[in-house]
Amino acid sequence: MRSGVIAQKLGMTRVYTDGGEQVPVTVLKLDKCEVVAHRTVEQNGYTALQLGVGLAKVNNMPKALRGHFAKASVEPKRKVAEFRVSPENLIEVGAEITADHFVAGQFVDVTGTSIGKGFAGVMKRWNFGGHRATHGNSVTHRSHGSTGQRQDPGKVFKGKKMAGHLGDERVTTQNLKIVRTDADRGLILVEGAVPGAKGGWILVRDAVKRALPDGVPTPGAFRTRGAAATTEAPAAEKGAE
Amino acid sequence: MNLIQEIEREEIAKVVEKRAVPEFAPGDTVRVNVKVVEGTRERVQAYEGVCIARAGGGINENFTVRKISSGEGVERVFPIYSPLIDSIVVVRRGKVRRAKLYYLRGRQGKSARIVEKADRKAAASTEE
Repeated sequence: MRSGVIAQKLGMTRVYTDGGEQVPVTVLKLDKCEVVAHRTVEQNGYTALQLGVGLAKVNNMPKALRGHFAKASVEPKRKVAEFRVSPENLIEVGAEITADHFVAGQFVDVTGTSIGKGFAGVMKRWNFGGHRATHGNSVTHRSHGSTGQRQDPGKVFKGKKMAGHLGDERVTTQNLKIVRTDADRGLILVEGAVPGAKGGWILVRDAVKRALPDGVPTPGAFRTRGAAATTEAPAAEKGAE
Repeated sequence: MNLIQEIEREEIAKVVEKRAVPEFAPGDTVRVNVKVVEGTRERVQAYEGVCIARAGGGINENFTVRKISSGEGVERVFPIYSPLIDSIVVVRRGKVRRAKLYYLRGRQGKSARIVEKADRKAAASTEE
């Protein structure tokens, strides 16, 4: 099992294939996605990589986290997440994962936080039919109907679909195709929609329900810390623009 | 800074490199040469008519071409930057006062004519 990456959703656009087909794509950006820590069987009982992305202000960082990032000698991260990996796919701490970690044509699962809709009625939240617009209906047009039976069972069953908070929850979309990757700019183009708002953090993993194609880099595509020094300059320019 | 716009610009540049997009507006008569794949063979088919609308912006821009084909009105919508378009030729510049010429749909014959623009020359005028 390979590691995934943490990316930021930039928005959607379209690209054309060589055959002339239009492909709607979501653009995801890798912003200094570095390995922050390891989880090992000896110490934690499982094997995983802890990754971090973005750049957080040191002043807003609790001392405990500052120490955590200092231990890995990486810059403070905006978002941190763990990815379960098999032991042979551990990547050294401080390595920066690049966008060519995924190859075009490969399928991935993406996880994000869906856009919050607030308190939503049953028609929007559960696709209920609502009530009639005319024929003497009074006041009730978009409400649910009955919620139960009679004296027996005499209660509303748990899990009854009702109005309530919709959205702003963790959503995973499986089997999205990678259209293109751009390692220089850290861009991943995924076919179709990805849950969440622009700017939201997205976890991208190899699809669990599809076989990995040949040519996928294992344990992953990354720059080690020594090599990172040479790529430091263009990254800094991009931030200044 | 906006990477989405940057990607769209690159995509547009990729298409424009292969074929130029002429300047045209609603009311102009255009000939769109469309690539058609028949089995394994690819050929170019011309579709000529009046551009009645342009919609969208950037890489998402498209235009609608209306023509009367064997007595029946036909409209086709083309994405401006589609690789399936071989070329676009402006045949005639029309003088109109609307951005969307949907009123042509209810008309036929004489009343569906568009006056030719006098001041601007058509880039590749085959008439006159």
